[in-house]
Amino acid sequence: MRTALAILRKDLLLELRTLETIPSMAMLAVITCVIFHFGLNRNALSGQLAAGVLTVTLLFASMLGINRLFVAEREQGGFDAFLLAPVDRTAMLTAKATALFVYLLVLELIAVPAFALFLAPPHLGSSLPGVILILVLSDIAFAVIGTFVSAIAVQTRARDLIGPMIGLPLLLPALIATARGLGPLLTVQASGSPPAKWLAVLGLYDLVNALLAYAVFDFLLED
Amino acid sequence: MTTHVRHLRSLSIATVVLLTASLILVFFYAPLDAEQGFVQKIFYIHVPLAIVSLGGFILGGLFGVGYLRTGKRIWDMRSYCAIHMALIFSIGGLLAGSIWAKASWGHWWVWSEPTLVSYLIVILLFCTYQPLRFSIEDPERQARYAAVFSVVCGAFVPINFIVVRLSAEYLHPRVLNLEGGNMPGPMKLTFYTSLVAIALLFATLMRYEMAAKETRIQTRRLRRALMGDDAIRPLGRSAAPQ
Amino acid sequence: MTSEGVPGSTQSAHATAGADGAPAVSLAGLTRHFGERTVLRDLSLELGRGQTLAVLGRNGAGKSTLLRILATLLRPHAGTITLLGEQLPRRAWAVRGRIGLLGHEPLLYRDLTGRENLTYHARLHRVAPRRIEKLLSAVGMEARADDPVRCLSRGMVQRLAVARAVLHRPSLLLLDEPRSSLDPGAGELVEPLIGRISSATRVLTSHDPRAALAEADLVLALSGGRTAYLGPPSGVDETMIRKLYA
Repeated sequence: MRTALAILRKDLLLELRTLETIPSMAMLAVITCVIFHFGLNRNALSGQLAAGVLTVTLLFASMLGINRLFVAEREQGGFDAFLLAPVDRTAMLTAKATALFVYLLVLELIAVPAFALFLAPPHLGSSLPGVILILVLSDIAFAVIGTFVSAIAVQTRARDLIGPMIGLPLLLPALIATARGLGPLLTVQASGSPPAKWLAVLGLYDLVNALLAYAVFDFLLED
Repeated sequence: MTTHVRHLRSLSIATVVLLTASLILVFFYAPLDAEQGFVQKIFYIHVPLAIVSLGGFILGGLFGVGYLRTGKRIWDMRSYCAIHMALIFSIGGLLAGSIWAKASWGHWWVWSEPTLVSYLIVILLFCTYQPLRFSIEDPERQARYAAVFSVVCGAFVPINFIVVRLSAEYLHPRVLNLEGGNMPGPMKLTFYTSLVAIALLFATLMRYEMAAKETRIQTRRLRRALMGDDAIRPLGRSAAPQ
Repeated sequence: MTSEGVPGSTQSAHATAGADGAPAVSLAGLTRHFGERTVLRDLSLELGRGQTLAVLGRNGAGKSTLLRILATLLRPHAGTITLLGEQLPRRAWAVRGRIGLLGHEPLLYRDLTGRENLTYHARLHRVAPRRIEKLLSAVGMEARADDPVRCLSRGMVQRLAVARAVLHRPSLLLLDEPRSSLDPGAGELVEPLIGRISSATRVLTSHDPRAALAEADLVLALSGGRTAYLGPPSGVDETMIRKLYA
């Protein structure tokens, strides 16, 4: 636990110092909203369409963060430094997934208001608790799968390509659940509470993937 | 290490026999569908191909577990061949599925059929297996990462099916009917014969591929031993295990 | 300047077993492949505690691979390794905290300062923060400790790397061309930390074979992964060096 915290602190310090990941993620999310406005030729979206656009926007922005996650480790010897230390190796998984989760939360703090501003979905304000709940669960899935995929991709030659290629299909169930969960919340007759079915699906998907990642992560680190 | 060449001949013969038998059954024995006519018979190819290929992906995951636990290259080769073969079969299954969709619902692709949709997602995922292997140069790391991939994605197959099924607005009654096993007698016999035939085809082709790879490895090893390390030209970049 | 904690002890010039008799490093039949090539073939040696092993050989002979295996970063494909009494790879986790690796890469994050980097490593190894300050002054980097590593010269980065490598007081030092980027003044600074008087068991490689021979108790010469020579430094002459590095 202490090890994971040490790695997390180092990562957050690096991110604050270099500001590589979060600003570009946020920028991409905002621009994607604008693109959707032009692509769909709509001033306002509602219902399932709004949910889908928001989900896809967040997905594309997350891909940037996922691609960058282990690059410093790979290029500046961080893996070796970690492997030489007498620590539990899954601490790296925990730390990196938590860091990615934090980046995604910050991303959403910027992207969701931008989405509300540009594409004006109804009832976003009153459904906010439900939206936040779904996004948090979705972020956990993104964080776990993103870390897993990023750890694989960083050791390959086609780094930036392999990550999304493997990650997108693996994320599809989470995307389905997120979009379907958000859909009823962004309509005019919104009740404010997200459909339990999709919350359950997201929660279970998070759990299963966390367990799988925990089981296999060690094999990705050793040489 | 010529383990895979054993039984290859008897396996091949059994495969040919059963394939012929199932084709005969499909064309002459199975009843003609009242609504869709002759094209419906593609079902006897599509569903077995789908089942066998999905089984192949999961098998690849199991072999991957074997590699991670033992570190023996033979498991990695089995995993690779299983996934490789399953991918080929699955593309065939997808094409057959598309033809079946056209016959059943008039379109080359339908989103209302959740099994077809999740099948597509799984295929897209496993299409990344070979690019992944291709882009890792260190052979040991390549084998290990491929094994991890096969384990996680093998587990993904059933999960994905469940989630996509939950998301489908409605299920086409025809599929439920057929998959629930509520098939009349002649259909049942044809279907299961077809299934066994295609499973045997998978096993045979997989063995052929493994035997071929083994032979190549042994030949190279002998040449190395006889003529020294430098006499062998290194294999080009390859996704296959060495 | 005395070395950290140990008041100026000197090593005997002969290659004798360590004080308690058990060797610090013991290899038997060590083999490692890379795909179809064999990088290290059937290496066997014993190195006593506090002694220095010099590994000679051309680039590609397997020196760095050997060091990485000793650092527990790579697994052997055949043979046994016993480090500081623990058998690898099964007990690698037990011995990791007592090994220090100084390789080609400094293993420092370029956007963090020297102090922040050492703090990170200290946290990983559970080392008290006081030691960071001690080491920073020992390598002469206190003045520049708060500059990001990317602003530092190669020699300064190497000094920080030395500090990083000995941060957790390792008993076994693995040094891959440790003086490669250091100017002579800095070389003197780090001598008490990674030199013979540090009293750690050392395995080192060097581009300059004669310098490595000068501080070795045991010499291993590698050629194409095989042992070309294993014995005291006195047995190595000019013709052998020329053949090795030809």
